[in-house]
Amino acid sequence: MAHLDAMPVVGREQDRTMILNMGPQHPSTHGVLRVILEIDGENVVRIMPDIGFLHTGIEKTCEAKFYQQVVPLTDRIDYLCPLTNNLCYVLAVEKLLGLEIPPKAQWLRVLLNELTRINSHLVWLGTHAMDIGAMTVFLYCFREREEILRLFEAVSGQRMMTSYFRVGGIALPPPLDFFDRVRAFAKTFPSKVDEYENLLTNNPIWTMRTKGVATITAEDAKALGASGPTLRGSGVDFDLRRDMPYSGYENFKFKVPTAKEGDVFARYMCRVQELRESNNMVQQALDGMPEGPIKADAPKVVLPDREKMKTQMEALIYHFKIITEGFAVPEGEVYQAVESPRGEMGYYIVSDGTAKPYRVHMRSACLANMQTLPHMCEGRLLADVVAAIGSIDIVLGEIDR
Amino acid sequence: MALAPAIIDLEQLKDHPSLFRLLAWNRNAVQGAKFDREEMTISIERSFIVGACSLLREDPNCPFDFLSDITCVDWYPSEPRFEVVYHLLSIPNKERVRLKVRLSSDNLGVDSLTPTWPAANYFEREVFDLFGIRFSGHPYLRRLLMPEDWQGHPLRKDYPVEGYR
Repeated sequence: MAHLDAMPVVGREQDRTMILNMGPQHPSTHGVLRVILEIDGENVVRIMPDIGFLHTGIEKTCEAKFYQQVVPLTDRIDYLCPLTNNLCYVLAVEKLLGLEIPPKAQWLRVLLNELTRINSHLVWLGTHAMDIGAMTVFLYCFREREEILRLFEAVSGQRMMTSYFRVGGIALPPPLDFFDRVRAFAKTFPSKVDEYENLLTNNPIWTMRTKGVATITAEDAKALGASGPTLRGSGVDFDLRRDMPYSGYENFKFKVPTAKEGDVFARYMCRVQELRESNNMVQQALDGMPEGPIKADAPKVVLPDREKMKTQMEALIYHFKIITEGFAVPEGEVYQAVESPRGEMGYYIVSDGTAKPYRVHMRSACLANMQTLPHMCEGRLLADVVAAIGSIDIVLGEIDR
Repeated sequence: MALAPAIIDLEQLKDHPSLFRLLAWNRNAVQGAKFDREEMTISIERSFIVGACSLLREDPNCPFDFLSDITCVDWYPSEPRFEVVYHLLSIPNKERVRLKVRLSSDNLGVDSLTPTWPAANYFEREVFDLFGIRFSGHPYLRRLLMPEDWQGHPLRKDYPVEGYR
């Protein structure tokens, strides 16, 4: 392993340790993460994540597309929260354009984003619990996730790769029974969270596997760039939705769950409480949903309605122009961050005044969170590595891009 | 809402906490500043970047204590060709600032932030991998996303989208 030797190790006892390769096909690495472990018996001496197996060059691809054509690419970055990525990208482009978004579109975006957060956390909870050995939770979580995916399918026609948001608003109005279905879901969901908590929170095996395991202090988490529940699990009370609100989040009342311990259990508790908070916000969004248009009044950027195209010449011309030439975005650069289920998801877009982005960079929350992994695992037991990887909730699509 | 024109006058901007602090520290470090679309951008002279980041991080009034991101923009064929972009966030003050370092293509070296700020580790490796910027002092500057034996740096503008055949 020439590649491992390049890193100096302090106090390494050469003869005692061995190198163990975990992944890239290991089921508990949530995709294609390869972890190179140097172990001394059951103790982890050193751990090195090796990533890039899913690198598809999305940032490069974006530079060859029109602004509106990038939206479907953003789905593929983090396939568990596609709408969060859609939102972050369209917010960044709207900031570049200086577009104002009608309130109904903003509220719908928030509603769908919170459903996405629930969806993503359910996958995390199911797989994380399964990694540690609690099979049942997985089946329960996927039962509710299925309902959310059906809701996504109802609005966008796609279960996972939704591409539902557009620069300037939302692609289509949601179907008529959508809000009733969401309301029915939101009404029963808290009892479902109770079910998961019944299975895990006071379960002695679960607490033994998670409490005091893979701890990280607030200072270290911050210095290593961790964000989201990984940071809040260490006691840093920071949530972009509350502290730097975007897309109308300032109209919502919610608590930001934090925990002090900084271990796997603390991160678990943060996310489980976030499930409840997100469900609350879904209900608030349903109750306070304003009326009005779902697209901004910007004919050069937003595609016209189908009906208008059949009757108005101008609408048809705009449609043709947007599809064939895209829309020019004024020169400049913006960094837009949103709170994804995993932490700070950021888009840095540079425009040179043409219809294609000059540079699109995605700040991946998982990539930064993964830097905490060696800190959490070194000097601890091998079996805890699996718990630690699960607790930072990685999605390799987002890490490798 | 119409876009307000960008402010690039240092005198008008010097009340911004980050710029004020940097100017008080070392006037030569600041090459320029821009306030555009509610975002602050400060250009830093190459050799001062680690000092500037550490200074902003330790600022008692407005500590920029979270390194959001490091990335790079390639302005090929103009010179200086590369811009390394640092995004800092102040968690207590809820403020962001963007620092930039311009690098010409004959010298792609810049001091690494990783020894003082470990969050920079993967970001710098990624920029090295995709743009070929050399971060001197980085403990383990290897390719992060591309295979170890890859030729070239894919996000450079002179690298074709479909790759070399």
